[in-house]
Amino acid sequence: MAGVPIVSLNGVLLVTIQEELLDQSVAEFEQELTEKVVETRARGVLIDVSVLDIIDSFLARTLHDIAAITSLMAARTVVVGMRPAVAITLVELGLTLPGLETALSVEEGLSLLSPAPGPARTARP
Amino acid sequence: MTRAASTSTVAIHDEYDIVHVRHAAREAASTAGFSLVQQTKLVTAASELARNALVYGGGGQAEIVVENLGSNPTVRMTFTDKGPGIPDIDAAMADGFTTGSGLGLGLGGAKRLADHFRIESEPGRGTMVEISMSVRRIAGP
Repeated sequence: MAGVPIVSLNGVLLVTIQEELLDQSVAEFEQELTEKVVETRARGVLIDVSVLDIIDSFLARTLHDIAAITSLMAARTVVVGMRPAVAITLVELGLTLPGLETALSVEEGLSLLSPAPGPARTARP
Repeated sequence: MTRAASTSTVAIHDEYDIVHVRHAAREAASTAGFSLVQQTKLVTAASELARNALVYGGGGQAEIVVENLGSNPTVRMTFTDKGPGIPDIDAAMADGFTTGSGLGLGLGGAKRLADHFRIESEPGRGTMVEISMSVRRIAGP
């Protein structure tokens, strides 16, 4: 157990990272989350990082990997709540994480992941 | 005039120590009066370099010093390990270079985040990386 609670809510897995994680816990979390996506047939994953006051290259890479892995399992991952200082630092570090979807808040992230009314959503580029 | 306001040394032997180094860096940055963005940059650089010392150097230590409090508050961090050393520093500094599980941004990234960066490494004798960052005063109009 990585100690990161994963809540399933109407087809979306809501994950709130609540404390600084050890590298080992980050790796366990990646695996638990991936298994849970299949188990719950989730269509989306929302990872709230608003508590974190730093995101280093190891955690950033894992977030990026999770997004890539879940997309292979037909689920979209959105990272929400990144602090401005963290975003500035990641860019300066050289990590722009192309392909990682983000939203400012859990609410906005959820609306991104809610099934679009009307015609089916087209595939994202 | 150099006045060391505080010095702390953190041994780096396991993953918990990466967290300890981050906390010590955060405390030093706050003592020096860094802005939130500067604190975040310093702590992130500390995290990268502590992980490098652990993963590539087999462990070592971090020394964190707050200097020149009052005139030009500066945090200097020195990471040393007694690992295998880096045969080609230029290659190791290049983005994307990695011999481990990272992204290969540790050294180059830490250099970009800090004001000053120095590395010394000798094959078979370990590696020393020193970075420092001073309080950025926003110039008046």
